[in-house]
Amino acid sequence: MDNNFILPFIKSTRNVFETMFHLEVTFETPEIRTAPMPSHDVSAIIAMSGDVEGTVVLSFPSETARRVVAVFTGGEGPMSNEDMSDAIGEVVNMIAGGAKGQFKGKNVSISCPSVVMGSSHKVYGRKDIVTVAIPCSCDCGEFMVEVATQEAPSGSGVVGAAKVAA
Amino acid sequence: MKIMLVDDSKTMRNIQKSVLAQLGHTEIEEACDGVDALSKVAAFGPDLLLVDWNMPNMDGLTFVKQYRAKGLKAPIIMVTTESEKARVIEAIKAGVNNYVVKPFTPDILSQRIGETMAKAA
Repeated sequence: MDNNFILPFIKSTRNVFETMFHLEVTFETPEIRTAPMPSHDVSAIIAMSGDVEGTVVLSFPSETARRVVAVFTGGEGPMSNEDMSDAIGEVVNMIAGGAKGQFKGKNVSISCPSVVMGSSHKVYGRKDIVTVAIPCSCDCGEFMVEVATQEAPSGSGVVGAAKVAA
Repeated sequence: MKIMLVDDSKTMRNIQKSVLAQLGHTEIEEACDGVDALSKVAAFGPDLLLVDWNMPNMDGLTFVKQYRAKGLKAPIIMVTTESEKARVIEAIKAGVNNYVVKPFTPDILSQRIGETMAKAA
């Protein structure tokens, strides 16, 4: 596990939640994910490419996602899946963007986010990149940031990809 | 003052609209990417644009270049997660007047809008 690729995501997650939502985030010890396991109900995925490649996945149980989006949007009423997807996608966009800004001297691009909604889905990362799971919690509930990034081989720049299974 | 918001996230556009409403700005047009924005600028004639960088179809940097290539002078604030110095310089060279890094507080966005409009006056 390369802390230089993990700490930026912890710092960025904290910054996004504190700045945009006024929510303090508690982080448990990051752990290497050795096998895919049941994830949560809402996952937002962003690919990184350039000098650092891979994926970032932000996963929530549905109720936690609903609470976070309600704080984000300032709305307490019913929300459509489209609105939920848009808001959660923007959260992972800010987390990934904030993290890549901390990769000093690296030229890194991020994709537009994709969001998967479905009970107990799994997100399979690239087999050739170690995935580090960072368990997080805030007043809205528990959630997970999964980081699978590595320094790109010289001349690469291949866009990372993740597969999702229900 | 007419303001155009260019961001693929409806959530982010709504947050920006809320900040602008608190500043008394309600004449707002929205666009979900650079292509959508280019199709609306002539009819709307914005006095200020807030533009995201990473968007599908046409990113914010390409939009800014094409907007400026039309000879349009309205000030542009880039509102983006792209925080690296090289990106900021790239944006300014393309014609961006000010820069807000996401995540932002309403105060920061208000401050940048005030600065930008004061310089443009």
